[in-house]
Amino acid sequence: MREKTNFFKSLKFKRRKPLDFMLFALTWLCIGITAAVMLFILVYILSNGIPYITPSLFAFEFTMENQSLFPALVGTLMIVGLSLALAVPLGVFSAIYLQEYARRGSRFVKIVRITTETLAGIPSIVYGLFGFLFFGGVLGWGLSLVSGTFTVSIMILPLIMRTTEESLKAVPDTFREGSFGLGAGRLRTVIRIVLPSAIPGILAGIILAIGRIVGETAAIIFTLGNVARIPDSLFDTGRTLSAHMYQLAREGTHPGEAHATAAVLLIVVILINALSSRIAKLIKAS
Amino acid sequence: MGKHSVRISAYKELFAKILFAVSASAAILAVGLICVFLFMQGLPAMWDIGILDFLTGTDWRPTWNPPRFGILPMIVGSLYVTAGAILFGVPIGIFAAIFMAEVCPMPVYKVLKPAINLLAGIPSVVYGYFGMVVLVPFVRTNFGGSGASILTASILLGIMILPTIISISESALRAVPRELYEGAVALGASHERAVFWVVLPAAKSGVMAAIILGIGRAVGETMAVRMVAGNQAVLRMPYEFLSGTRTLTANVILELGYAADEHRAALIATGVVLFVFIMLINALFSLLKKKDGA
Repeated sequence: MREKTNFFKSLKFKRRKPLDFMLFALTWLCIGITAAVMLFILVYILSNGIPYITPSLFAFEFTMENQSLFPALVGTLMIVGLSLALAVPLGVFSAIYLQEYARRGSRFVKIVRITTETLAGIPSIVYGLFGFLFFGGVLGWGLSLVSGTFTVSIMILPLIMRTTEESLKAVPDTFREGSFGLGAGRLRTVIRIVLPSAIPGILAGIILAIGRIVGETAAIIFTLGNVARIPDSLFDTGRTLSAHMYQLAREGTHPGEAHATAAVLLIVVILINALSSRIAKLIKAS
Repeated sequence: MGKHSVRISAYKELFAKILFAVSASAAILAVGLICVFLFMQGLPAMWDIGILDFLTGTDWRPTWNPPRFGILPMIVGSLYVTAGAILFGVPIGIFAAIFMAEVCPMPVYKVLKPAINLLAGIPSVVYGYFGMVVLVPFVRTNFGGSGASILTASILLGIMILPTIISISESALRAVPRELYEGAVALGASHERAVFWVVLPAAKSGVMAAIILGIGRAVGETMAVRMVAGNQAVLRMPYEFLSGTRTLTANVILELGYAADEHRAALIATGVVLFVFIMLINALFSLLKKKDGA
Protein backbone atom coordinates (compact mmCIF):
# COMPACT_ATOMS: atom_id res chain seq x y z
CA MET A 1 0.00 0.00 0.00
CA ARG A 2 1.31 3.38 -0.96
CA GLU A 3 1.54 6.09 1.66
CA LYS A 4 -1.74 7.73 2.46
CA THR A 5 -0.33 10.38 4.79
CA ASN A 6 -1.32 13.13 2.38
CA PHE A 7 -4.88 11.90 2.21
CA PHE A 8 -6.56 14.84 3.94
CA LYS A 9 -4.34 17.22 2.09
CA SER A 10 -5.39 15.49 -1.09
CA LEU A 11 -9.00 16.38 -0.40
CA LYS A 12 -8.25 20.04 -1.05
CA PHE A 13 -9.65 19.92 -4.53
CA LYS A 14 -8.84 23.46 -5.63
CA ARG A 15 -5.09 22.97 -5.56
CA ARG A 16 -5.26 20.39 -8.35
CA LYS A 17 -4.91 20.84 -12.05
CA PRO A 18 -8.28 20.34 -13.77
CA LEU A 19 -7.42 17.02 -15.43
CA ASP A 20 -5.92 15.63 -12.23
CA PHE A 21 -8.99 16.69 -10.35
CA MET A 22 -11.29 15.07 -12.89
CA LEU A 23 -9.50 11.72 -12.74
CA PHE A 24 -9.38 11.86 -8.97
CA ALA A 25 -13.09 12.65 -8.80
CA LEU A 26 -13.84 9.85 -11.27
CA THR A 27 -12.26 7.22 -9.05
CA TRP A 28 -14.41 8.48 -6.15
CA LEU A 29 -17.49 8.53 -8.36
CA CYS A 30 -16.96 4.97 -9.59
CA ILE A 31 -16.31 3.48 -6.18
CA GLY A 32 -19.31 5.47 -4.99
CA ILE A 33 -21.52 3.90 -7.66
CA THR A 34 -20.19 0.44 -6.81
CA ALA A 35 -20.80 0.92 -3.09
CA ALA A 36 -24.23 2.43 -3.64
CA VAL A 37 -25.37 -0.41 -5.91
CA MET A 38 -24.06 -2.96 -3.44
CA LEU A 39 -25.70 -1.32 -0.48
CA PHE A 40 -28.95 -0.98 -2.37
CA ILE A 41 -29.01 -4.68 -3.31
CA LEU A 42 -28.24 -5.78 0.24
CA VAL A 43 -30.71 -3.42 1.90
CA TYR A 44 -33.43 -4.09 -0.65
CA ILE A 45 -33.22 -7.88 -0.44
CA LEU A 46 -32.92 -7.97 3.35
CA SER A 47 -35.53 -5.32 4.19
CA ASN A 48 -38.07 -6.83 1.80
CA GLY A 49 -37.35 -10.39 2.78
CA ILE A 50 -36.87 -10.43 6.53
CA PRO A 51 -40.50 -9.45 7.39
CA TYR A 52 -41.64 -12.54 5.46
CA ILE A 53 -39.36 -14.95 7.31
CA THR A 54 -41.92 -16.76 9.45
CA PRO A 55 -41.91 -20.13 11.23
CA SER A 56 -44.20 -21.54 8.54
CA LEU A 57 -41.43 -20.93 6.02
CA PHE A 58 -39.49 -23.64 7.84
CA ALA A 59 -42.35 -26.11 8.06
CA PHE A 60 -41.30 -29.70 7.55
CA GLU A 61 -43.68 -30.23 4.65
CA PHE A 62 -43.82 -28.24 1.41
CA THR A 63 -47.37 -27.65 0.22
CA MET A 64 -48.93 -25.52 -2.49
CA GLU A 65 -50.27 -23.13 0.14
CA ASN A 66 -47.19 -23.05 2.30
CA GLN A 67 -44.08 -22.90 0.12
CA SER A 68 -41.73 -24.03 2.86
CA LEU A 69 -38.06 -23.76 2.14
CA PHE A 70 -37.23 -26.53 4.61
CA PRO A 71 -36.89 -29.35 2.05
CA ALA A 72 -34.67 -27.08 -0.05
CA LEU A 73 -32.57 -26.26 3.00
CA VAL A 74 -32.08 -29.95 3.78
CA GLY A 75 -31.35 -30.62 0.11
CA THR A 76 -28.71 -27.90 0.14
CA LEU A 77 -27.05 -29.36 3.22
CA MET A 78 -27.09 -32.84 1.63
CA ILE A 79 -25.52 -31.63 -1.61
CA VAL A 80 -22.93 -29.56 0.26
CA GLY A 81 -22.02 -32.45 2.58
CA LEU A 82 -21.82 -35.10 -0.12
CA SER A 83 -19.94 -32.91 -2.60
CA LEU A 84 -17.38 -31.91 0.01
CA ALA A 85 -16.97 -35.56 1.03
CA LEU A 86 -16.14 -36.33 -2.58
CA ALA A 87 -14.27 -33.25 -3.78
CA VAL A 88 -12.21 -32.34 -0.70
CA PRO A 89 -10.17 -35.57 -0.47
CA LEU A 90 -9.79 -35.62 -4.24
CA GLY A 91 -8.73 -31.97 -4.41
CA VAL A 92 -6.41 -32.17 -1.40
CA PHE A 93 -4.76 -35.37 -2.68
CA SER A 94 -4.27 -33.80 -6.12
CA ALA A 95 -2.72 -30.72 -4.59
CA ILE A 96 -0.43 -32.89 -2.44
CA TYR A 97 0.68 -34.76 -5.52
CA LEU A 98 1.33 -31.59 -7.51
CA GLN A 99 3.10 -29.82 -4.68
CA GLU A 100 4.89 -32.57 -2.74
CA TYR A 101 5.46 -35.47 -5.12
CA ALA A 102 5.53 -34.46 -8.76
CA ARG A 103 8.60 -33.10 -10.47
CA ARG A 104 8.06 -29.38 -11.05
CA GLY A 105 7.30 -28.63 -14.65
CA SER A 106 6.78 -32.25 -15.68
CA ARG A 107 4.36 -32.82 -18.54
CA PHE A 108 1.78 -34.44 -16.26
CA VAL A 109 1.79 -31.44 -13.94
CA LYS A 110 1.36 -29.09 -16.88
CA ILE A 111 -1.60 -31.03 -18.20
CA VAL A 112 -3.24 -31.14 -14.77
CA ARG A 113 -2.82 -27.38 -14.45
CA ILE A 114 -4.30 -26.66 -17.86
CA THR A 115 -7.27 -28.94 -17.24
CA THR A 116 -7.85 -27.46 -13.79
CA GLU A 117 -7.89 -23.96 -15.25
CA THR A 118 -10.27 -25.18 -17.92
CA LEU A 119 -12.60 -26.62 -15.28
CA ALA A 120 -12.54 -23.35 -13.37
CA GLY A 121 -13.67 -21.44 -16.46
CA ILE A 122 -16.54 -23.66 -17.57
CA PRO A 123 -19.91 -21.96 -16.97
CA SER A 124 -22.36 -23.71 -14.70
CA ILE A 125 -24.90 -24.32 -17.44
CA VAL A 126 -22.33 -26.41 -19.31
CA TYR A 127 -21.77 -28.43 -16.14
CA GLY A 128 -25.52 -28.83 -15.91
CA LEU A 129 -25.70 -30.01 -19.50
CA PHE A 130 -22.83 -32.45 -19.00
CA GLY A 131 -24.22 -33.80 -15.72
CA PHE A 132 -27.63 -34.21 -17.32
CA LEU A 133 -26.14 -36.15 -20.26
CA PHE A 134 -23.50 -38.18 -18.46
CA PHE A 135 -24.58 -38.86 -14.88
CA GLY A 136 -28.29 -38.57 -15.62
CA GLY A 137 -28.27 -40.18 -19.05
CA VAL A 138 -25.30 -42.44 -19.71
CA LEU A 139 -24.94 -43.71 -16.15
CA GLY A 140 -28.71 -43.76 -15.76
CA TRP A 141 -28.90 -41.91 -12.45
CA GLY A 142 -31.51 -39.48 -13.73
CA LEU A 143 -32.31 -36.43 -11.66
CA SER A 144 -30.89 -37.47 -8.31
CA LEU A 145 -28.70 -36.64 -5.37
CA VAL A 146 -25.78 -38.62 -6.86
CA SER A 147 -25.98 -36.88 -10.23
CA GLY A 148 -26.03 -33.53 -8.48
CA THR A 149 -23.22 -34.46 -6.11
CA PHE A 150 -20.88 -35.64 -8.86
CA THR A 151 -21.60 -32.63 -11.06
CA VAL A 152 -21.08 -30.11 -8.28
CA SER A 153 -17.96 -31.95 -7.08
CA ILE A 154 -16.31 -31.48 -10.46
CA MET A 155 -17.26 -27.79 -10.31
CA ILE A 156 -15.60 -27.15 -6.95
CA LEU A 157 -12.58 -29.41 -7.57
CA PRO A 158 -10.41 -26.65 -9.12
CA LEU A 159 -11.20 -24.31 -6.23
CA ILE A 160 -10.16 -26.88 -3.60
CA MET A 161 -7.06 -27.82 -5.56
CA ARG A 162 -5.91 -24.23 -5.98
CA THR A 163 -6.43 -23.14 -2.39
CA THR A 164 -4.79 -26.30 -1.04
CA GLU A 165 -1.82 -25.88 -3.33
CA GLU A 166 -1.40 -22.28 -2.25
CA SER A 167 -1.41 -23.23 1.42
CA LEU A 168 0.98 -26.15 0.85
CA LYS A 169 3.28 -23.76 -0.97
CA ALA A 170 3.23 -21.46 2.04
CA VAL A 171 4.64 -24.18 4.33
CA PRO A 172 8.39 -23.44 4.66
CA ASP A 173 10.76 -26.03 3.19
CA THR A 174 12.67 -26.12 6.46
CA PHE A 175 9.71 -28.00 7.98
CA ARG A 176 10.05 -30.71 5.36
CA GLU A 177 13.84 -30.83 5.63
CA GLY A 178 13.62 -31.12 9.40
CA SER A 179 11.17 -33.96 9.12
CA PHE A 180 13.27 -35.80 6.52
CA GLY A 181 16.34 -35.19 8.65
CA LEU A 182 14.70 -36.96 11.57
CA GLY A 183 14.15 -39.97 9.35
CA ALA A 184 10.49 -39.54 8.43
CA GLY A 185 9.43 -40.72 5.00
CA ARG A 186 7.67 -38.53 2.48
CA LEU A 187 4.17 -39.71 3.39
CA ARG A 188 4.73 -39.21 7.11
CA THR A 189 6.19 -35.76 6.47
CA VAL A 190 3.18 -34.78 4.40
CA ILE A 191 0.60 -36.09 6.86
CA ARG A 192 2.23 -35.12 10.15
CA ILE A 193 4.12 -31.92 9.26
CA VAL A 194 2.99 -30.26 6.05
CA LEU A 195 -0.75 -30.88 6.09
CA PRO A 196 -1.41 -29.64 9.65
CA SER A 197 0.26 -26.30 8.86
CA ALA A 198 -1.81 -26.02 5.71
CA ILE A 199 -5.18 -26.75 7.30
CA PRO A 200 -6.43 -23.15 7.75
CA GLY A 201 -5.82 -22.43 4.07
CA ILE A 202 -7.57 -25.61 3.03
CA LEU A 203 -10.48 -24.68 5.29
CA ALA A 204 -10.75 -21.27 3.64
CA GLY A 205 -10.96 -23.02 0.27
CA ILE A 206 -13.64 -25.37 1.55
CA ILE A 207 -15.73 -22.43 2.75
CA LEU A 208 -15.42 -20.73 -0.63
CA ALA A 209 -16.54 -24.00 -2.19
CA ILE A 210 -19.57 -24.13 0.11
CA GLY A 211 -20.49 -20.63 -1.05
CA ARG A 212 -20.20 -21.72 -4.64
CA ILE A 213 -22.41 -24.79 -4.09
CA VAL A 214 -25.05 -22.83 -2.19
CA GLY A 215 -25.22 -20.26 -4.98
CA GLU A 216 -25.33 -22.79 -7.79
CA THR A 217 -28.57 -23.13 -9.72
CA ALA A 218 -28.16 -23.95 -13.40
CA ALA A 219 -26.07 -27.05 -12.79
CA ILE A 220 -28.34 -28.19 -9.95
CA ILE A 221 -31.71 -28.13 -11.66
CA PHE A 222 -30.56 -30.45 -14.45
CA THR A 223 -28.81 -32.93 -12.19
CA LEU A 224 -30.42 -32.90 -8.75
CA GLY A 225 -33.67 -31.67 -10.23
CA ASN A 226 -36.04 -29.14 -8.75
CA VAL A 227 -38.69 -31.01 -6.77
CA ALA A 228 -39.67 -29.66 -3.37
CA ARG A 229 -38.97 -32.74 -1.29
CA ILE A 230 -36.25 -34.13 0.89
CA PRO A 231 -34.50 -36.86 -1.09
CA ASP A 232 -34.97 -40.18 0.72
CA SER A 233 -32.11 -41.92 -1.02
CA LEU A 234 -29.06 -41.11 -3.07
CA PHE A 235 -31.07 -41.81 -6.19
CA ASP A 236 -33.97 -39.57 -5.26
CA THR A 237 -34.52 -36.06 -6.57
CA GLY A 238 -34.82 -32.86 -4.54
CA ARG A 239 -33.87 -29.21 -4.72
CA THR A 240 -31.51 -26.69 -3.16
CA LEU A 241 -32.24 -23.22 -1.81
CA SER A 242 -31.08 -21.54 -5.02
CA ALA A 243 -33.22 -23.83 -7.14
CA HIS A 244 -36.15 -23.13 -4.80
CA MET A 245 -35.52 -19.41 -5.20
CA TYR A 246 -35.47 -19.78 -8.98
CA GLN A 247 -38.76 -21.68 -8.96
CA LEU A 248 -40.45 -19.07 -6.74
CA ALA A 249 -39.18 -16.20 -8.90
CA ARG A 250 -40.26 -17.95 -12.08
CA GLU A 251 -43.78 -18.76 -10.90
CA GLY A 252 -44.25 -15.36 -9.29
CA THR A 253 -47.30 -16.58 -7.35
CA HIS A 254 -45.71 -16.38 -3.92
CA PRO A 255 -43.90 -13.02 -3.81
CA GLY A 256 -43.62 -13.02 -0.01
CA GLU A 257 -41.93 -16.40 0.06
CA ALA A 258 -39.69 -15.36 -2.82
CA HIS A 259 -38.55 -12.25 -0.94
CA ALA A 260 -37.96 -14.28 2.19
CA THR A 261 -36.02 -16.99 0.38
CA ALA A 262 -33.81 -14.40 -1.32
CA ALA A 263 -33.07 -12.90 2.09
CA VAL A 264 -32.29 -16.31 3.63
CA LEU A 265 -29.97 -17.10 0.73
CA LEU A 266 -28.24 -13.76 1.10
CA ILE A 267 -27.83 -14.20 4.86
CA VAL A 268 -26.28 -17.63 4.31
CA VAL A 269 -23.82 -16.12 1.83
CA ILE A 270 -22.98 -13.26 4.21
CA LEU A 271 -22.28 -15.76 7.00
CA ILE A 272 -20.08 -17.87 4.73
CA ASN A 273 -18.17 -14.76 3.68
CA ALA A 274 -17.69 -13.63 7.26
CA LEU A 275 -16.43 -17.08 8.22
CA SER A 276 -13.94 -17.19 5.37
CA SER A 277 -12.53 -13.74 6.13
CA ARG A 278 -12.24 -14.71 9.80
CA ILE A 279 -10.18 -17.73 8.77
CA ALA A 280 -8.11 -15.66 6.36
CA LYS A 281 -7.30 -13.32 9.25
CA LEU A 282 -6.32 -16.29 11.42
CA ILE A 283 -3.94 -17.47 8.70
CA LYS A 284 -2.37 -14.05 8.45
CA ALA A 285 -1.97 -13.85 12.22
CA SER A 286 -0.21 -17.21 12.52
CA MET B 1 12.67 -51.09 13.19
CA GLY B 2 12.73 -54.55 11.65
CA LYS B 3 13.15 -55.32 7.99
CA HIS B 4 9.49 -56.24 7.85
CA SER B 5 8.16 -52.86 8.93
CA VAL B 6 10.55 -51.09 6.59
CA ARG B 7 9.01 -53.01 3.72
CA ILE B 8 5.49 -52.18 4.94
CA SER B 9 6.25 -48.51 5.07
CA ALA B 10 7.75 -48.69 1.59
CA TYR B 11 4.49 -50.21 0.36
CA LYS B 12 2.59 -47.50 2.19
CA GLU B 13 4.68 -44.82 0.50
CA LEU B 14 4.09 -46.35 -2.90
CA PHE B 15 0.38 -46.77 -2.25
CA ALA B 16 0.04 -43.13 -1.12
CA LYS B 17 1.96 -41.87 -4.11
CA ILE B 18 -0.27 -43.81 -6.48
CA LEU B 19 -3.39 -42.61 -4.65
CA PHE B 20 -2.28 -38.98 -4.92
CA ALA B 21 -1.34 -39.34 -8.57
CA VAL B 22 -4.67 -40.97 -9.41
CA SER B 23 -6.48 -38.12 -7.63
CA ALA B 24 -4.50 -35.60 -9.65
CA SER B 25 -5.72 -37.31 -12.81
CA ALA B 26 -9.34 -36.64 -11.82
CA ALA B 27 -9.27 -33.15 -13.32
CA ILE B 28 -7.95 -34.53 -16.60
CA LEU B 29 -10.61 -37.22 -16.59
CA ALA B 30 -13.34 -34.67 -15.90
CA VAL B 31 -12.32 -32.33 -18.72
CA GLY B 32 -11.94 -35.31 -21.05
CA LEU B 33 -15.42 -36.60 -20.22
CA ILE B 34 -17.00 -33.16 -20.57
CA CYS B 35 -15.40 -32.61 -23.98
CA VAL B 36 -16.14 -36.09 -25.26
CA PHE B 37 -19.80 -36.09 -24.19
CA LEU B 38 -20.63 -32.58 -25.31
CA PHE B 39 -18.91 -32.94 -28.66
CA MET B 40 -20.04 -36.51 -29.26
CA GLN B 41 -23.67 -35.54 -28.81
CA GLY B 42 -23.49 -31.98 -30.10
CA LEU B 43 -21.42 -32.24 -33.26
CA PRO B 44 -23.54 -34.88 -35.05
CA ALA B 45 -26.60 -32.70 -34.38
CA MET B 46 -24.83 -29.72 -35.86
CA TRP B 47 -23.89 -31.86 -38.83
CA ASP B 48 -27.48 -33.05 -39.35
CA ILE B 49 -28.91 -29.55 -39.16
CA GLY B 50 -26.10 -28.28 -41.34
CA ILE B 51 -23.33 -26.39 -39.61
CA LEU B 52 -23.97 -23.22 -41.56
CA ASP B 53 -27.75 -23.43 -41.13
CA PHE B 54 -27.26 -23.97 -37.42
CA LEU B 55 -24.82 -21.13 -36.83
CA THR B 56 -26.29 -18.56 -39.21
CA GLY B 57 -29.97 -19.58 -39.22
CA THR B 58 -32.20 -16.84 -37.84
CA ASP B 59 -35.17 -19.07 -36.98
CA TRP B 60 -35.37 -21.13 -33.82
CA ARG B 61 -38.61 -23.08 -34.24
CA PRO B 62 -38.30 -26.43 -32.53
CA THR B 63 -42.03 -27.10 -32.80
CA TRP B 64 -42.42 -26.45 -36.54
CA ASN B 65 -42.68 -29.26 -39.01
CA PRO B 66 -39.95 -29.54 -40.15
CA PRO B 67 -38.34 -27.84 -37.16
CA ARG B 68 -35.86 -25.03 -37.64
CA PHE B 69 -32.75 -24.77 -35.48
CA GLY B 70 -30.86 -21.55 -36.18
CA ILE B 71 -28.97 -20.09 -33.24
CA LEU B 72 -27.78 -16.81 -34.75
CA PRO B 73 -30.29 -14.81 -32.64
CA MET B 74 -28.83 -16.41 -29.51
CA ILE B 75 -25.21 -15.86 -30.54
CA VAL B 76 -26.03 -12.22 -31.26
CA GLY B 77 -28.03 -12.01 -28.02
CA SER B 78 -25.05 -13.26 -26.01
CA LEU B 79 -22.86 -10.72 -27.81
CA TYR B 80 -25.23 -7.84 -27.03
CA VAL B 81 -25.61 -8.49 -23.33
CA THR B 82 -21.87 -9.12 -22.97
CA ALA B 83 -21.03 -5.90 -24.82
CA GLY B 84 -23.54 -4.09 -22.65
CA ALA B 85 -22.03 -5.56 -19.50
CA ILE B 86 -18.59 -4.36 -20.62
CA LEU B 87 -20.01 -0.92 -21.33
CA PHE B 88 -21.39 -0.62 -17.80
CA GLY B 89 -18.97 -2.76 -15.83
CA VAL B 90 -15.53 -2.09 -17.26
CA PRO B 91 -15.11 1.70 -16.88
CA ILE B 92 -16.65 1.72 -13.41
CA GLY B 93 -14.69 -1.39 -12.45
CA ILE B 94 -11.32 -0.03 -13.57
CA PHE B 95 -11.76 3.36 -11.90
CA ALA B 96 -12.98 1.62 -8.76
CA ALA B 97 -9.90 -0.64 -8.88
CA ILE B 98 -7.64 2.40 -9.18
CA PHE B 99 -9.42 3.84 -6.18
CA MET B 100 -8.90 0.64 -4.21
CA ALA B 101 -5.21 0.36 -5.08
CA GLU B 102 -4.07 3.97 -5.15
CA VAL B 103 -6.51 6.36 -3.54
CA CYS B 104 -8.42 4.52 -0.83
CA PRO B 105 -7.64 5.48 2.80
CA MET B 106 -7.06 2.42 4.97
CA PRO B 107 -10.23 2.63 7.13
CA VAL B 108 -12.42 2.83 4.00
CA TYR B 109 -10.47 -0.01 2.41
CA LYS B 110 -11.14 -2.26 5.37
CA VAL B 111 -14.88 -1.88 4.77
CA LEU B 112 -14.87 -1.91 0.97
CA LYS B 113 -12.65 -4.94 0.38
CA PRO B 114 -14.87 -7.47 2.19
CA ALA B 115 -17.93 -5.78 0.70
CA ILE B 116 -16.62 -6.34 -2.82
CA ASN B 117 -15.84 -9.95 -1.94
CA LEU B 118 -19.42 -10.30 -0.75
CA LEU B 119 -20.69 -8.83 -4.02
CA ALA B 120 -18.75 -11.59 -5.79
CA GLY B 121 -20.34 -14.23 -3.58
CA ILE B 122 -24.00 -13.30 -4.05
CA PRO B 123 -25.64 -16.15 -5.98
CA SER B 124 -26.63 -15.35 -9.54
CA VAL B 125 -30.21 -16.36 -8.83
CA VAL B 126 -30.39 -13.63 -6.19
CA TYR B 127 -29.01 -11.12 -8.69
CA GLY B 128 -31.59 -12.37 -11.15
CA TYR B 129 -34.36 -11.93 -8.62
CA PHE B 130 -33.15 -8.43 -7.79
CA GLY B 131 -33.15 -7.72 -11.53
CA MET B 132 -36.70 -9.02 -11.87
CA VAL B 133 -38.22 -7.02 -9.05
CA VAL B 134 -36.14 -3.82 -9.30
CA LEU B 135 -34.39 -3.37 -12.65
CA VAL B 136 -37.13 -4.66 -14.95
CA PRO B 137 -39.80 -2.27 -13.56
CA PHE B 138 -37.19 0.51 -13.50
CA VAL B 139 -36.37 0.10 -17.18
CA ARG B 140 -40.08 -0.31 -18.05
CA THR B 141 -41.09 2.98 -16.43
CA ASN B 142 -38.05 5.00 -17.46
CA PHE B 143 -37.28 3.72 -20.93
CA GLY B 144 -40.44 1.96 -22.03
CA GLY B 145 -40.97 -1.50 -23.45
CA SER B 146 -41.70 -4.52 -21.30
CA GLY B 147 -38.61 -3.92 -19.18
CA ALA B 148 -37.20 -7.40 -19.76
CA SER B 149 -34.64 -6.34 -22.33
CA ILE B 150 -31.09 -6.28 -23.60
CA LEU B 151 -30.54 -3.08 -21.61
CA THR B 152 -31.76 -4.61 -18.35
CA ALA B 153 -29.61 -7.70 -18.79
CA SER B 154 -26.62 -5.50 -19.63
CA ILE B 155 -27.00 -3.42 -16.47
CA LEU B 156 -27.40 -6.50 -14.29
CA LEU B 157 -24.43 -8.28 -15.87
CA GLY B 158 -22.41 -5.07 -15.56
CA ILE B 159 -23.06 -5.14 -11.82
CA MET B 160 -22.27 -8.85 -11.61
CA ILE B 161 -18.87 -8.56 -13.32
CA LEU B 162 -17.82 -5.56 -11.21
CA PRO B 163 -16.23 -7.52 -8.35
CA THR B 164 -14.24 -9.68 -10.79
CA ILE B 165 -12.90 -6.66 -12.63
CA ILE B 166 -12.19 -4.67 -9.48
CA SER B 167 -10.38 -7.47 -7.61
CA ILE B 168 -8.19 -8.62 -10.47
CA SER B 169 -7.34 -5.11 -11.71
CA GLU B 170 -6.56 -4.08 -8.16
CA SER B 171 -4.03 -6.86 -7.71
CA ALA B 172 -2.55 -6.08 -11.12
CA LEU B 173 -2.11 -2.43 -10.08
CA ARG B 174 -0.58 -3.46 -6.77
CA ALA B 175 1.87 -5.76 -8.55
CA VAL B 176 3.42 -2.81 -10.42
CA PRO B 177 6.86 -2.11 -8.91
CA ARG B 178 6.70 0.88 -6.58
CA GLU B 179 9.81 2.36 -8.19
CA LEU B 180 7.81 3.27 -11.29
CA TYR B 181 5.40 5.35 -9.23
CA GLU B 182 8.19 6.92 -7.21
CA GLY B 183 10.20 7.72 -10.33
CA ALA B 184 7.24 9.49 -11.88
CA VAL B 185 6.60 11.49 -8.73
CA ALA B 186 10.31 12.34 -8.47
CA LEU B 187 10.14 13.71 -11.99
CA GLY B 188 7.42 16.08 -10.88
CA ALA B 189 4.26 14.17 -11.77
CA SER B 190 1.31 14.57 -9.45
CA HIS B 191 -0.14 11.51 -7.73
CA GLU B 192 -2.91 11.25 -10.33
CA ARG B 193 -0.52 11.64 -13.27
CA ALA B 194 1.80 9.02 -11.86
CA VAL B 195 -1.08 6.58 -11.33
CA PHE B 196 -2.86 7.11 -14.65
CA TRP B 197 0.15 7.63 -16.93
CA VAL B 198 2.69 5.27 -15.36
CA VAL B 199 1.15 2.68 -13.02
CA LEU B 200 -1.99 1.96 -15.07
CA PRO B 201 -0.12 1.39 -18.38
CA ALA B 202 2.33 -0.86 -16.53
CA ALA B 203 -0.59 -2.96 -15.28
CA LYS B 204 -2.17 -3.08 -18.74
CA SER B 205 -2.08 -6.81 -19.34
CA GLY B 206 -3.37 -7.59 -15.86
CA VAL B 207 -6.26 -5.20 -16.33
CA MET B 208 -6.97 -6.75 -19.74
CA ALA B 209 -6.98 -10.17 -18.09
CA ALA B 210 -9.54 -8.85 -15.60
CA ILE B 211 -11.75 -7.61 -18.42
CA ILE B 212 -11.51 -10.91 -20.24
CA LEU B 213 -12.41 -12.85 -17.11
CA GLY B 214 -15.38 -10.51 -16.70
CA ILE B 215 -16.39 -11.20 -20.30
CA GLY B 216 -16.17 -14.93 -19.62
CA ARG B 217 -18.41 -14.52 -16.62
CA ALA B 218 -20.93 -12.47 -18.62
CA VAL B 219 -21.04 -14.93 -21.54
CA GLY B 220 -21.47 -17.90 -19.21
CA GLU B 221 -24.02 -16.32 -16.90
CA THR B 222 -27.29 -18.16 -17.08
CA MET B 223 -29.79 -17.66 -14.28
CA ALA B 224 -29.65 -13.89 -13.96
CA VAL B 225 -29.85 -13.32 -17.72
CA ARG B 226 -32.66 -15.80 -18.12
CA MET B 227 -34.65 -13.94 -15.46
CA VAL B 228 -34.35 -10.41 -16.91
CA ALA B 229 -33.63 -10.60 -20.65
CA GLY B 230 -37.08 -11.54 -21.95
CA ASN B 231 -35.77 -14.62 -23.80
CA GLN B 232 -37.35 -14.04 -27.24
CA ALA B 233 -35.39 -16.05 -29.80
CA VAL B 234 -35.56 -13.21 -32.31
CA LEU B 235 -32.63 -11.66 -34.14
CA ARG B 236 -32.35 -8.11 -32.79
CA MET B 237 -30.60 -5.07 -34.16
CA PRO B 238 -28.40 -3.03 -31.79
CA TYR B 239 -30.93 -0.16 -31.68
CA GLU B 240 -33.55 -2.55 -30.34
CA PHE B 241 -31.87 -2.58 -26.95
CA LEU B 242 -35.22 -2.18 -25.21
CA SER B 243 -36.49 -5.44 -26.69
CA GLY B 244 -35.93 -8.84 -25.20
CA THR B 245 -33.27 -11.21 -26.36
CA ARG B 246 -32.21 -14.78 -25.69
CA THR B 247 -28.65 -15.81 -24.98
CA LEU B 248 -26.99 -19.16 -25.70
CA THR B 249 -27.08 -20.01 -22.00
CA ALA B 250 -30.76 -19.09 -21.67
CA ASN B 251 -31.60 -21.21 -24.71
CA VAL B 252 -30.25 -24.29 -22.95
CA ILE B 253 -31.86 -23.66 -19.59
CA LEU B 254 -35.26 -22.74 -21.02
CA GLU B 255 -35.76 -25.83 -23.12
CA LEU B 256 -33.47 -28.63 -21.94
CA GLY B 257 -36.02 -29.77 -19.35
CA TYR B 258 -38.60 -30.93 -21.88
CA ALA B 259 -36.74 -31.20 -25.19
CA ALA B 260 -36.54 -34.55 -26.96
CA ASP B 261 -34.65 -36.09 -29.88
CA GLU B 262 -33.51 -33.60 -32.48
CA HIS B 263 -34.52 -30.62 -30.35
CA ARG B 264 -32.46 -31.91 -27.43
CA ALA B 265 -29.50 -32.54 -29.71
CA ALA B 266 -29.78 -28.96 -31.00
CA LEU B 267 -29.66 -27.70 -27.41
CA ILE B 268 -26.56 -29.77 -26.72
CA ALA B 269 -25.06 -28.27 -29.87
CA THR B 270 -25.92 -24.83 -28.47
CA GLY B 271 -23.96 -25.85 -25.38
CA VAL B 272 -21.04 -26.86 -27.61
CA VAL B 273 -21.00 -23.42 -29.26
CA LEU B 274 -21.06 -21.79 -25.82
CA PHE B 275 -18.29 -24.11 -24.63
CA VAL B 276 -16.11 -23.21 -27.62
CA PHE B 277 -16.67 -19.48 -27.01
CA ILE B 278 -15.69 -19.87 -23.36
CA MET B 279 -12.61 -21.93 -24.25
CA LEU B 280 -11.44 -19.21 -26.62
CA ILE B 281 -11.97 -16.54 -23.96
CA ASN B 282 -10.10 -18.64 -21.37
CA ALA B 283 -7.23 -19.24 -23.77
CA LEU B 284 -6.95 -15.50 -24.28
CA PHE B 285 -7.00 -15.01 -20.51
CA SER B 286 -4.18 -17.46 -19.79
CA LEU B 287 -2.17 -15.99 -22.66
CA LEU B 288 -2.42 -12.54 -21.08
CA LYS B 289 -1.66 -13.91 -17.64
CA LYS B 290 1.48 -15.55 -18.97
CA LYS B 291 2.53 -12.28 -20.58
CA ASP B 292 2.13 -10.65 -17.21
CA GLY B 293 4.50 -13.21 -15.74
CA ALA B 294 2.04 -13.94 -12.96
